[in-house]
Amino acid sequence: MSLVDAVTDRFATDLRAESTREPPADPDTIIEARDLSVYYGETLAIDSVSMRIPERQVTAIIGPSGCGKSTFLRSINRMNDLVQGARVEGELHFKGKNVYDEDVDPVALRRLIGMVFQRPNPFPKSIYDNVAYGLRIQDKDDNLDERVEQALRQAALWDEVNDQLDKNGLDLSGGQQQRLCIARAIATDPEVILMDEPASALDPVATAQIEDLIDDLARDYTVIIVTHNMQQAARISDKTAVFLTGGELVEFGDTSQIFSDPENERVEAYITGRFG
Amino acid sequence: MSTADEVDLSHGGSRREHRVDSLVRWVFFICALLTILTTVGIILVLVQGAVTFFLDVSIIEYFTSIDWAPLDADPSFGIWPLIWGTLVITVGSALIAVPIGTLTAIYLSEYASDQTRSVLKPLLEILAGIPTIVYGFFALSFITPQIQRVFPDTGTFNALAGAIVVGIMIIPMVSSLSEDAMHAVPDDLRQAAYGLGATRFDVSTNVVVPAALSGIVAAYILAISRAIGETMAVTLAAGMRPQITTNPLEPIQTMTAYMVQVGTGDLSVGSIGYQSLFAVGLTLFAMTLAMNLVSLWIKGRYREVYR
Repeated sequence: MSLVDAVTDRFATDLRAESTREPPADPDTIIEARDLSVYYGETLAIDSVSMRIPERQVTAIIGPSGCGKSTFLRSINRMNDLVQGARVEGELHFKGKNVYDEDVDPVALRRLIGMVFQRPNPFPKSIYDNVAYGLRIQDKDDNLDERVEQALRQAALWDEVNDQLDKNGLDLSGGQQQRLCIARAIATDPEVILMDEPASALDPVATAQIEDLIDDLARDYTVIIVTHNMQQAARISDKTAVFLTGGELVEFGDTSQIFSDPENERVEAYITGRFG
Repeated sequence: MSTADEVDLSHGGSRREHRVDSLVRWVFFICALLTILTTVGIILVLVQGAVTFFLDVSIIEYFTSIDWAPLDADPSFGIWPLIWGTLVITVGSALIAVPIGTLTAIYLSEYASDQTRSVLKPLLEILAGIPTIVYGFFALSFITPQIQRVFPDTGTFNALAGAIVVGIMIIPMVSSLSEDAMHAVPDDLRQAAYGLGATRFDVSTNVVVPAALSGIVAAYILAISRAIGETMAVTLAAGMRPQITTNPLEPIQTMTAYMVQVGTGDLSVGSIGYQSLFAVGLTLFAMTLAMNLVSLWIKGRYREVYR
């Protein structure tokens, strides 16, 4: 067993132990931010955000450009660690464990929280090797063929690519590439999937396919999706968080309520298009 | 539509600007031409000299004999000892420079902070700027004495010191060019791997290096052709005894070292020994040209791995 796996295992058990010992206030909460602030150098990107994200639902994060919504998403799986000069204050709990505690290995965290990016970014490898990548580095490579097929089926891509698994992932269309990236993310069976504007680079047909897929994924996974497209948030999400300029979380609640009867005036202005 | 209404698209800029523009174009063209003409001139001189040489010495002897003794009373012109010497230096230096250079490049590209990189990379490139004769002295006065401490029978000139010093010399070339290739790998791919829970080592070895492979291999080949053509350091470190030996502690002679010996010696212009310079030069040129062509082919062949 490699060191990383040992850490992953220990971390995974820690999380389970932690979650039974200290149940979150809301039993369904999987991720909870507590006064979370992120700075890039001196710039404040998100400003003491507190929110509870429910398990196995789709939570949308919307807001104008530069409001910190992507930063918030990337602080969940500590992708911001890769940005030089990024600094985090406050806490972010995943299943009751603060992921910014010193004993947390971000590698272990990211193995439980998958991510799909704005621009489809398959590796310049075959379709099969793309999906198998995470399984291989996480040593989950027993029944590899089966797991790859299952992931591609879940990502609604199997029927289109099952006879060309050795084709380069970059030869697929943009929409197929994005579904390949989703298959890659879910192949390792994470608990949460973060999506950073996953459809913004796609045409309307491919976008609709991705949206349908997100709907299906929410049965098995917690999905957190950043989008600048309010209609999309309204269509696919159960909960919506609205970030506004300054990195502030202004309102968070049921999507139906946010879009029909927001409490905050600025949110109402943003949603009705008068601002942002 | 009447002509009066037509937009005037016939002149963009003054007549003077047009003249300058076409003048500049010629200046650039002549500069480019000069480079090409120089290359052609060099090749012509080499070929002409080599033809004169091969009128006196059989080309079959040149490529089949394993004895190189051009200055003997009964001279012998078998190129293999010189090719052997060159290969020993080339392979030996590659064995040193390829692993160290590649690992350095991975460190600089994937592990070092921007700050560290901005200090280390220029430092490495200074290594590339040290005159090669200085490397030669370094080999004579430092590397060889160290080898002699372990193997006391080692002579002042030996192939091992030559290979080591050339290896050190081409490390910056391998690391700098490989690092450029790795740096050019889109960050998207790294993010994808990190997002899947890859470690830095995973990302370096199974995402960045494969995606940058064509550039990395091209760096190897350029560095190796530099080693093939390296002259002063090997002449000083490895000696001037043309022989085919598997003992790296013995002196050898590379093609370049032979050319130094003849070029600076007192052989009369026009003698067979002098003409052999051109044949050896042409052989050397053919080898480095072949390496460069392989490098170009590899670059073109694998260029579109990521897009």
